[in-house]
Amino acid sequence: MDFVPANIGLLSFGDQGWGDELLAGCLITIQLALASLSVGLVLGLLLAGAKLSQNIVLRILAEAYIAFIRAVPEFLIILLFYFGSEQLLRYLLGLAGISIAFELPRFLAAVIGLSAIFAAYAAEVFRGAYLSVPEGQIEAGVAIGMTNGQIFFRIRLPQMWRFAIPGLGNLWMVLLKDTSLAAVIAVNDLLRQSKIAGESERAPLTFYLAAGALYLLLTGVSDIFRERLERRAQRGLARSAG
Amino acid sequence: MAIGQSYREIKIWLSDSACIGLSPVSPELFARSCPRFIDGFFISIELLVLASLFGFVIAIGLAVARTSNVGALSVPAFVYCYVFRGTPLLVQLWIFYFGFGSFGAEGLGPFWLVFRDGYWVGLVVLTINTSAYAAEIFRGGIVNVPHGQIEAALAIGMGWWTKLRRIMLPQALQISWPAYSNEIILLLKGSALVSTITVLDLMGQTRTVFSRSYNLEIFLYAILLYLVLSGSLTIILRILEARLRTPTQMSRQH
Repeated sequence: MDFVPANIGLLSFGDQGWGDELLAGCLITIQLALASLSVGLVLGLLLAGAKLSQNIVLRILAEAYIAFIRAVPEFLIILLFYFGSEQLLRYLLGLAGISIAFELPRFLAAVIGLSAIFAAYAAEVFRGAYLSVPEGQIEAGVAIGMTNGQIFFRIRLPQMWRFAIPGLGNLWMVLLKDTSLAAVIAVNDLLRQSKIAGESERAPLTFYLAAGALYLLLTGVSDIFRERLERRAQRGLARSAG
Repeated sequence: MAIGQSYREIKIWLSDSACIGLSPVSPELFARSCPRFIDGFFISIELLVLASLFGFVIAIGLAVARTSNVGALSVPAFVYCYVFRGTPLLVQLWIFYFGFGSFGAEGLGPFWLVFRDGYWVGLVVLTINTSAYAAEIFRGGIVNVPHGQIEAALAIGMGWWTKLRRIMLPQALQISWPAYSNEIILLLKGSALVSTITVLDLMGQTRTVFSRSYNLEIFLYAILLYLVLSGSLTIILRILEARLRTPTQMSRQH
């Protein structure tokens, strides 16, 4: 039976314990989250742009995509992207006359799925932030003869972050927890390493609890960073109010 | 038992008539697995309804405990929320099902009846998980009830319980309902994870059917059914929101 205190030695480092394997899994989890964050932020900005655009087709497409992601389980989306992107690639290669057996790297598939989810929620945050930048700022930019591009990159974008940070902080926490879904498509993240360890040592409770504790550590540390960032983002506001 | 029996019969009847009704328009692949999809659809609804009802009650208790001045109440409630909001739902499910479940009949005694069945474990974990998130939302609602309301309640000599029941909670609910609606949608989406602990909910059935054919069309049907689920859920939550709003607005007119 998996009596946790007696099995605590299994978590040690080195040949005897699984500590190093869990740590490696932790690193994969962090990499997964950071990679999905970067891709998701870019996609989210593009989606927000589509939602705010004058073009009605773009706007409807963006709305539909966001509604789709919000209504369908993350798990289903990740499986869909995992199997879907592989079959799509195979089909495209087939069109080009190439038929080779291959497998889409699972890490990449997980990043595609996670960032597709992140982007939809981030787009809403960005849209809100975009609209929160005071109109006077933009008018000032126009008045001193800036081009549209200059206004966007020098005035809008730097100020958007301030409004976007609280929402993005929340999304980061959600993303960090959603990375655990990658274990189901056999990415060797923290959860899957714990599963492997728990099964081979016949101590599933010990290792799943350890995984839970490590996730708690990750989200706890993120929470502290998020608070700091939010306070930093408020600096300018406090000054202008005072 | 009689209720359980007739409920099961109603489910079968609904599933049959849905599949027959859809048969003229359903593609071959869907028609072949239609009863599976509909069965899974019902399991997902059951889990959602039960977990959100139990979760709601627990969350109200937790939110009251969290806003209490008594440390013995507020600290455990804070820890509960922090732990269950800080770890992935999937990990929680696996801890309970594969972790505690590994103790077996001799280790768990009467609890084995719950832990041997993925359905009950799923229900318990979904309830715990959603109660932690909802408690945080309701806490925000309670804190944001205007202070004058509390003073008025005290001024007319309301006791703690009456004040809570008639002044605080109705207004806290009204304030936090939009956020709570979001949480219920997230609960629906999270419930798909019970398919990893052998439950044949909509997602579980989808994965079973998919593993036979590897045809992506299967996912399309699952997506459509989930869209139906979350769409109707959104409408129900909007109706409830409107009902919550009326009493206060009426009293404001006087």
